[in-house]
Amino acid sequence: MNNSARNIWTIAKREINGYFASPVAYVFIVIFLLLMGFFTFSKLGGFFEGGEASLAFPFFRWHPWLYLFLVPAVGMRLWSEERRLHTMELLLTMPITPWQAIVGKFIASWLFLAIALALTFPVVFTVCYLGHADIGTIFCGYLGSLMVAGGYLAVTCLTSAMTRNQVISFILSVVICLFLLLVGFELVTEWFVRWAPDWAVKTMAAFSFYPHFINFQKGTIDSRDLVYFASVIGFSLFSTGVVIRNLRAG
Amino acid sequence: MIKVENLEKHFGTKRAVAGVTFSVERGEILGFLGPNGAGKSTTMRMITGFIPPTAGTVTVGGHDMVEDPIPAKKLIGYLPENAPSYTDMTVYGFLAFCAELRGLRGDAKKKAVHRAVEMCFLESVMYQSTDTLSKGYKHRTCLAQSILHDPEILVLDEPTDGLDPNQKHEARQLIRRMGEKKAIIFSTHILEEVDAVCSRAIIIDRGKIVANGTPAELRARSDMSGAVSLRVVGIAAETVKTRLALVPGTKRATVVKEEGTVVWARAYPEAHSTNGALARHVAETAQKENWKVEELHTEEGRLDEVFRNITWSETGKDKEEKKA
Repeated sequence: MNNSARNIWTIAKREINGYFASPVAYVFIVIFLLLMGFFTFSKLGGFFEGGEASLAFPFFRWHPWLYLFLVPAVGMRLWSEERRLHTMELLLTMPITPWQAIVGKFIASWLFLAIALALTFPVVFTVCYLGHADIGTIFCGYLGSLMVAGGYLAVTCLTSAMTRNQVISFILSVVICLFLLLVGFELVTEWFVRWAPDWAVKTMAAFSFYPHFINFQKGTIDSRDLVYFASVIGFSLFSTGVVIRNLRAG
Repeated sequence: MIKVENLEKHFGTKRAVAGVTFSVERGEILGFLGPNGAGKSTTMRMITGFIPPTAGTVTVGGHDMVEDPIPAKKLIGYLPENAPSYTDMTVYGFLAFCAELRGLRGDAKKKAVHRAVEMCFLESVMYQSTDTLSKGYKHRTCLAQSILHDPEILVLDEPTDGLDPNQKHEARQLIRRMGEKKAIIFSTHILEEVDAVCSRAIIIDRGKIVANGTPAELRARSDMSGAVSLRVVGIAAETVKTRLALVPGTKRATVVKEEGTVVWARAYPEAHSTNGALARHVAETAQKENWKVEELHTEEGRLDEVFRNITWSETGKDKEEKKA
């Protein structure tokens, strides 16, 4: 392992341990799994009523909505806590680059979300037991879900660097993520079509998480969707770096 | 080891640091003094690379802090103001984390942590969460973090703040011990600390250096330096004052205090010197006059007086300025 990977891992390890050292991790995982189970198996998801060995509609459909609140809750403390406790001064005077810290923190939270997501495995067992499910599609579904979580998380990283107040960071990221989710829905774009030019509406819709997420649910891994999520994450983390640099420059 | 040249930092229109130049070599302990808000912490943050300077350069061990920060930061151990630490970690976990960021792994890491824990007397709280620690322990935990990698340079922002007198004493001894082989900068507003620890002191005020010298040199700038104080019994204060003013080599004489028949008086020398000539003259006069002298000594000068005279504290000289 080279130096920068080692520093990233050191920082990521500390963050992950931080989640599990406090009740945050356990509360989050329990709530996440309960809500997932509720939405999937109740009449809302219609897992049993659908009579189909598929997870796309009853299970994955809810992920972007649940993440809307749960992901900012996981990520809101990443930088705002460093600012509040002044540990940022300690961290950034260590022989590491700010990038390593930003990426390390992001990876840690993403990994934590991945762990929570992986714990939904009984749903997969259930669907396989009850019928002939397409494992490939389910895998794509999980990948898409993880990508949406990563996108939301990167946005939360950015908002948490902007303030030392976790609540503000949480609300800001929920609003931004909600916007990025909704602009993909026709119900919302319709409203824009009335007054905005066509190209503007299309561009805006292309920025939405939702169509890219849906592509994964159809069982396809399109490089365009991967590039989309990579750009959202890349852009947000880059902006986080800019915010932190400006903070230090005063 | 540390070279600071024409360092400036502006926050908006406010010049927090306005052209600071100094250097610190190995074996030196530099005390950084100044009133609150004088720019001490800002200067230290620029030296350690936390904030970039508006103008000027910081060179640490030959590496420019802005151009080449990683090797420069490796040489420094830093105790930030208020001694921050991650509240969700134990003392051991926190120190191990910092050691890893310093590039220490495996056995080297364990050894470094145990050495730092021993030096800062943290054995008893090693596995306690840092947010349950008392202020003194928190401070020492952060201090331990700064010496983990046995750095050649230590930058300590108010290392004795919030410690009790015993802990202050320990911390000063630790700094003095380490100062034999390292270059140390530490800020404080406790003046006795400068005497106890520093080999050199810089007084900074409104972002500028207003004094730079050994503690003795700074003290010599005091009016009191070389003055002779004496305590006599049974003589009228006025008589003592008039007679003292006539002693050869005396600029002026004052009565410091009067209590019943006891008089405290002081003779100030024409030229600053502490060789005792004035004291001899005063003693001769007292003998001639048949004064009952209870005490007689030469003053060394007081740092707090020097400090007050050369710093523009927000409350003092500003008001005088406004009045005038």
